[in-house]
Formats: sequence, structure tokens, C-alpha cells
Amino acid sequence: MPRTYADLLKEARAQIREVTPADVDALAPGAATIVDVREDSEWDQGHLPGAVHISKSYVEQQIEGAVPDRDSEVILYCAGGVRSLFAAQTLEQLGYTNVASMSGGFQQWKSQGRPWEKPVSLSQEQKQRYSRHLLIPEVGAEGQARLLGSKALFIGAGGLGSPAALYLAAAGVGTIGIVDFDVVDLSNLQRQILHTNERVGQRKTESAKQTIQALNPDVTVITHEEMLVADNVERIIHGYDVIVDGTDTFETRYLLNDAAVAKNIPVVHASVFRFEGQLTTFIPFEGPCYRCLYPTPPPPELAPGCSVAGVLGVVPGIMGMLQANEALKVLLGIGDTLAGRLLLFDALDSSFTELKLRRDPQCPVCSTEAVAARAEGRPLAIPQFGVGSSSAADAGTFVLGGPVA
Amino acid sequence: MSTVKIPAVLRPQVGGNKELELAGSSVGAVVDGLIEQYPGLRGQLLTDDGQLNRFVNVYVNGQDVRYLDGLSTALNDRDEVRLLPAMAGG
Repeated sequence: MPRTYADLLKEARAQIREVTPADVDALAPGAATIVDVREDSEWDQGHLPGAVHISKSYVEQQIEGAVPDRDSEVILYCAGGVRSLFAAQTLEQLGYTNVASMSGGFQQWKSQGRPWEKPVSLSQEQKQRYSRHLLIPEVGAEGQARLLGSKALFIGAGGLGSPAALYLAAAGVGTIGIVDFDVVDLSNLQRQILHTNERVGQRKTESAKQTIQALNPDVTVITHEEMLVADNVERIIHGYDVIVDGTDTFETRYLLNDAAVAKNIPVVHASVFRFEGQLTTFIPFEGPCYRCLYPTPPPPELAPGCSVAGVLGVVPGIMGMLQANEALKVLLGIGDTLAGRLLLFDALDSSFTELKLRRDPQCPVCSTEAVAARAEGRPLAIPQFGVGSSSAADAGTFVLGGPVA
Repeated sequence: MSTVKIPAVLRPQVGGNKELELAGSSVGAVVDGLIEQYPGLRGQLLTDDGQLNRFVNVYVNGQDVRYLDGLSTALNDRDEVRLLPAMAGG
């Protein structure tokens, strides 16, 4: 004999433990995973603080990702306490041993004056554009909103900056600043994929802006058509949440490092030579800074740029994408960055090597002594640059990028 | 014997070798052995008074020797010594 809805509901009630909104409200934070099984449109109107959203139609597919431990407590709720009962049955079928349904659902929770919050609202178009991010619990709507509210600065729209900026733009980082004063050259196009053949001779900042906005109109592009020098570095980097260093001169790298440490802005660093690349993330005071890693620059013959030494185009491509990955983690506050680790890439071997980095306790920029000295308005003297170079004080007069950026 | 990893920028000065096997009970001894074989490297690796240049980092098994014992850092058989200058390219 076919069973009716009433039969099924009765069966579910008999099988599933029910808890009241008061029980759930009294739980210590994190004591149980609270899962909202309503539809997207209902969730968007408001939900329990800290709840995870899995629509009832996706429970089977998504619960294992959200709650890997089948013996941990899971409390489901919907609008009135019925759909959550059926969803709880599904969880039990999947082997979850400690499942409950909140009676009365969100309506009762809200009518009792208990706390609730409204999720970040993304437009329909944004929900579709970023849907693959929204599906990842570590990003989700909140993470996506965070990216949309974030500001990333690219020093150089060249070999490293091109892939990094494209991916951050695609990811929906809401503001992208680009510092470059160079123009697109035909020899750039072997690797600088922000630019195109018909833009040879155009300003790189404008070319980059065009490409980024064609990819994602959510992104505001701020162009800084100027050399990064001591007089403007503080003004240019102000307000950015992360900086992606894709320059190719040591003068600019040191200048940027010193200013970013002083402003407490993370810098994702990469550099390349022929088939090889180096990558790390400098998070001020959590890990070393560029001066801790390389106290002085090498003489020019030991560190030629791409225009002199050449580079396999894909190498800055790979390193730039790894920079984008680091920047996203910094912005989202997830995972472990490369702070304190230097990652080497060798394209000929297809090998990665990791080296341990430490903060230099005597660092003239990021040591405790250096910070105190800056606070007192008497910054520590920075040792002279190496062979054939100028003093740090003069570094600001060097131009960013040079002809190959 | 330790394996010394040579950075791409220095390879032309060591016959194009990517790595070399060198004997020596300390980083200093291995660096001296390297310079003996390839005298052109001296100016790149050491200062006039025989200290490591600040622009070349030396790692033993992934650890910077500046935070170990510098040139005196002891080496065991099959340790990996990596020379690594900063790179300019972007």
C-alpha cells in the first residue's frame, strides 16, 4: 500500500532526534555543525550565525565535504522543521550517527528573537560567475565578497604580472592596481599575456586595463603610470591589501620591500632566470622580508634580467600563477602561505625545491630594533648596495621595470 | 662527498654542470674545493677577506648557513649544498 506524506513525516519524526531553538542557541560555538537545508533564496533572507548552507537537494553530494566526521554532531534546520527531518534521514542513511533536526525551524528561531545574520549578497550574475568559488567551503559567498572588497597592487604588468593579474581579476579581486610606465613591445608578447599584438606601442597599464575589464567587469583597475621611486612608493602602495612583485630590478624590489614592511602590507615575490624561478611571500613580522633573504643585491653580471639572459616564456607564467595563488590565500586568510619558505622551480627538471627562510634579527628594515627606530623617527641606516650599485638612499631614483619589465 | 647545486647563472663557469660532487667536511672546505677547480668563481662567492658574499645564499639541506655555522657548518656525506644568488627577472 502506498504511503502518504503524513506516513513519511510520522516515520521521520519517530526516527530523528529533534532539538528546540533554545537547545541550539545554548550550544557552545563549534560544538555542532549547524546545517541550513533551505533553498538559496531563503538562505539569502537570513540564517543562523555560523550555519553552513547546503540546500536539501544537494545534501547527499555536499555533506561529506562540509562534515567529514560522521560521528560529530550535526543539527539541520529548514524554515519550519519538516524538510530538515527528511534531510536528517538522508544523513543517517549516509552513516552519520549524531544527527538532529531543529523543530520549528528558522521561523521559530527568528520569532523567539534569537540572533541571525544576513549573508553577503552577490548579484545573480556574480553567483554564476563565481559559482565554482561558492561551491568551495573555504571560499563561499563570504570569501567571494571578501575578494570583491580586496585591493591587489601589481608592480609591473610584465611576465609575472600578466598571469597573476589575469587570475586575480578572474577570481573577482575587486580592485587591481598596476604600476608600470613602459609600453608594450613585440618582444614582450612571448610571455606577457595581458597584452596583444595590436597593442604594441601602447602603455602597458592601459593594455592591462583593457584585458582585465574584458575578462571581468566587476574589477576596478587603477593605473599608476609612473616609476616607483622613493618619493611616491608610500602613496602608491597605500590602501592595498597585498602587493604582487613582478618587477625586474633590485632597486625597485628593495624600495618596495622597505615601504611595504613599514606599511605592513604582504608582498608576494617572484623572480625568474631562463628556466628557473624563485617564489616566496613576505608577510611583515610573521616571516622574513626581502632584505632578510638577500641583504644586498648581486653585481649585475650575476643577475641579468630577462632582456639580457632570456627566459622561457612559460616560467614567469608558472611563477606568476603561483603568486596569484599566494595572493588569494593572503586575501582570504586561508591555508599556509610561503612566508618563511622559498620555493624554487626548475622547468627543465619539472622540479620544485623548498628552502627554509628566517628573519634576520639584525635586519635594518623588519627587526624589532628597526621598527622601534622608525617609530622614533630615526630609521636605521641601510648598508650600501653591493658591487657597482648605488646607496639605498639613492635607490628611489631608479626606474621601475626598465625596457623589459 | 656532498652534492653542490650550481645556479644557472654560474653554470658557464663550471663547465655547464648543474651539480658537482665535492669532498669536504665543512661548507668552507667544499667552497674552497670548488674555487680551486674553478678559480673564476672566487669573486662571485667570497669577499676579499674570504667571507661569503652577502648576495649569494648557501643552503645545506634546505637551511641557510647564515643561521647555521656559516662557512664552518659541518657537512656529512651526501649532504646537499645549494648556492643561490638573487634573481632579477620579472
